[in-house]
Amino acid sequence: MRKILSLGLVRGWLWQIVGTAFGIGLVVGVRLLMGLPAWKAEPAAVVGGLLGALFFNYGVGVFDDWFLGWSGRDVPEHGDETRLGWRRFFGPSTNHKTIGVQYLVLSLILMSVAGVFSLIFRTELANPGLQFLTPIEYNTLMSLHGIVMIISILIGISAFMNYTVPFLIGAHDMAFPRLNAFSFWIAVPAGEILLSSIFLGGFDTGWTGYPPLSARAPLGMQMFFLGVSLASFSSILSALNVLVTVARLRAKGMTPFRMPIFIWAAIATSIISLTATQLIGLSFQMVMLQRLLGMGFFDPVKGGNPILFQHLFWFYSHPAVYVFVLPGLGIISEFLPVFVRKPLYGYKWVAMSSLAIALTGFLVWGHHMFTAGMAEYLRVPFMYSTLLVAVPTGVKFFSWVATIWRGKISFPTPMLFILGGIVVFLLGGISGPPNATVSTDLQLNNTYYIVGHFHDTLFGGYIFPFFAAIYYWFPKMTGKRLSEKLGKLQFWLMTPSFVIMSLAMMRIGLLGMRRRVADYDPALGFQPYMMVMTITGFLIALGVLVFFINAFITLKRGETATGNVWGSRSPEWQAPSPMPLHNYDRPLEVVGEPYDYGLPGSQYVKFEGEE
Amino acid sequence: MKHFVIVAILVVASTIAIRAGLNSIGLLPELASVQGTSTDQLFGLYVWATAFVFSLIVVTLVYALIAFRRKQGETGEGVHVTGNSSLEIAWTVVPLLIVVYLAFIGAQSLADTRRIDPSAMVVKVITGQWYWQFQYPDYGIGTTELYLPVGKQVDLQMTSRDVIHGFFVPEFRLKQDIVPGRTVELRITPSVIGNYKVECSQLCGSNHAYMTAAVDVVSQADFDAWVAEQKAAAGENPVLLGEQLASQYGCTVCHSADGSKKIGPTWLHLYQSQVPLSDGTKVTADEQYLINSITNSNQQIVEGYTANVMPATFGQTLDKNQIAALVAYLESLK
Repeated sequence: MRKILSLGLVRGWLWQIVGTAFGIGLVVGVRLLMGLPAWKAEPAAVVGGLLGALFFNYGVGVFDDWFLGWSGRDVPEHGDETRLGWRRFFGPSTNHKTIGVQYLVLSLILMSVAGVFSLIFRTELANPGLQFLTPIEYNTLMSLHGIVMIISILIGISAFMNYTVPFLIGAHDMAFPRLNAFSFWIAVPAGEILLSSIFLGGFDTGWTGYPPLSARAPLGMQMFFLGVSLASFSSILSALNVLVTVARLRAKGMTPFRMPIFIWAAIATSIISLTATQLIGLSFQMVMLQRLLGMGFFDPVKGGNPILFQHLFWFYSHPAVYVFVLPGLGIISEFLPVFVRKPLYGYKWVAMSSLAIALTGFLVWGHHMFTAGMAEYLRVPFMYSTLLVAVPTGVKFFSWVATIWRGKISFPTPMLFILGGIVVFLLGGISGPPNATVSTDLQLNNTYYIVGHFHDTLFGGYIFPFFAAIYYWFPKMTGKRLSEKLGKLQFWLMTPSFVIMSLAMMRIGLLGMRRRVADYDPALGFQPYMMVMTITGFLIALGVLVFFINAFITLKRGETATGNVWGSRSPEWQAPSPMPLHNYDRPLEVVGEPYDYGLPGSQYVKFEGEE
Repeated sequence: MKHFVIVAILVVASTIAIRAGLNSIGLLPELASVQGTSTDQLFGLYVWATAFVFSLIVVTLVYALIAFRRKQGETGEGVHVTGNSSLEIAWTVVPLLIVVYLAFIGAQSLADTRRIDPSAMVVKVITGQWYWQFQYPDYGIGTTELYLPVGKQVDLQMTSRDVIHGFFVPEFRLKQDIVPGRTVELRITPSVIGNYKVECSQLCGSNHAYMTAAVDVVSQADFDAWVAEQKAAAGENPVLLGEQLASQYGCTVCHSADGSKKIGPTWLHLYQSQVPLSDGTKVTADEQYLINSITNSNQQIVEGYTANVMPATFGQTLDKNQIAALVAYLESLK
């Protein structure tokens, strides 16, 4: 019993129950004092959920150091925690690599849950008519698939930024390790609250949660708003941490254009997260308050404006797409030189293109609203700004192809996922401009074409590079190398299936198939396409299952890999695997360019005391 | 140099083949509106562009992967090339010019979809969860199917009674969200006679999938005949017309004619009865009360019901004859 209670997660859950009960009691008490009927589900659920999340963090022990500091006592140094073994992943670790693995596991769990949701409703959609889901169940699963995947992606990005940024820049840890722990642990109750919406009536609005629909949806809607608001804390604080870490903790000699290219992507993505995430939190909290307290922000009867919500929502949610893909594109640029044994072509242009995408991304949100009924003339400037995104994105593609040209190319699993990512992201890229010009978008908006387009961008820009990164850095995390055979099986299960699925989506979307429908008219003739999407969806899931099996087998009895597995110039591969507690035993200095493969005698980093 | 020549030839061949393939499968549904003409031209341009960019990147990539793969037992590194500024500038500036040109064409295409014909026929579109209603103020008729004469611009004046809905007919290539609290305009000139379907394009709750209505584009002669038929059906009998209006305007969603209690009070035995109001007084349900309750619904609230539930806009949406017909119908339920 004491052993179980020593796990932070278990203590967190117990305190979460206490906090939730306390929150509900608080609402009941206040209502009684105000002379209202004691019980009302909405405020009880929201306040209970919020306090439960805070108490959870207290229970885990995330606040312990801060409380010690505030009370004037000494805060202990967090020393070697490896003696805790696997148990360290269940407590409030402040080590960036432990937190990175925590994020990674949480991300994989949420990704699997959201994936299962999609398999359920894809099975429903394989045939017209309602088979086994009611419309509200369909809408809840479809909405949760979207938002849980998004949270999983944000967490997955935090995973890789946390795990790699410190050692890529030669630092011991992140700039704010305790804040880092909080960023992770607040995401756990956020995910729980989000998923609890299934049990509280669900919601029928999609992940966009447009009012007035979301103002009248079932109670599950509030859990959606609360869960996303809490997760946005995680995203904002994590971005802050990354930016400060990169600004302050780089190794000697690591000038901006000698940073690994992934760092540029991490900067670009963190700028967006830090400055735009507030807007989605804000817009969701406004609807939350409209429901709780009758503040009619978006209620036309009270003079509110439903379109305002869409502006606030998309001001984050479009740049958010670049939050999702920029790290992935950074990983592509980071790995390509290693596997083609050639410098990254046009390093500075690739680095600047990440920033250009991030900055342009702030000016394009209106293209989601071409049909929304906003001021009509606004559609023209948004059309120009949106199309501009194609320019820096094109720079990346051209640079990748030029990097590969005349290399010495080998094809281990991470390289396959990188190449799959490039081709799939290209499909997402070239299917984009028709959504940017207004007249063509009037046909495409809210159809399956959009669904195909953004699944292409997210698979190409996130999922494929994400798996490439796992295969690439798995030896660094565990000292063992994932099976190449199973890795290739996963790749070939996922890639063709995914391409077929997204093309089928775009095909019926062009023909007018609406998205977010639980049922469709068989007379449309789309049933064969829907069946293809369902089958390919299951094949993708099978690929992910192969990955889990691979990870499980490798951890049990995988091939040991402690050296420089991929022949990389990057400093982390000059250190032992798994990575030691404080990364490098000696300070390192950057003495050359990061990607000078093929230049004899060149060196990227030099450790102190080394010739 | 040899590599570049081969790749260039392959890219051209692949572009032509992909474009031909895409066009042969028929990418878009049949076009049935004047507004969609320039949209489809723009789509045609995109098919070219898509085929070219896809070929340029993928063909070059695949070629490079094959030509420069590490052969069995081969060691060593690739060529040490770090970049070329002129090339980088070229592939930044050329795409920039292309997208600016695309945006320019896109703006023209948008303008084409928005040309206004001052003699357009007005149709009021009223939406709610989950229904479509269409009113023709010029003819004083209302339906749940949209009838349109071919070749004549129709000005859809759309409103929503609850959440955001969306008007979408794939063959018309146009889509417009319908926002509650205001009137949204969409102009369509149907160009081909046929039967289509309007589908709600903005997620509007559980039954979103089923929010569709028939759209029939007919010849002017057929349209005139249909109008006459509709008018005759309502006839000169105001009670029948009123009953039709009550269902078309969604009144019967909240008010019953058989005494059962719904969201609003029933109409059965209402006329000339004593109605208790929320302020404690009583009022006789005479003709003036009925008119007032329709056009000024928040003024006299029946005891046990709340204000602001019934739309307060019927005073504007209904004309005098329609209100008279509704009152006649209510009186007939005495």
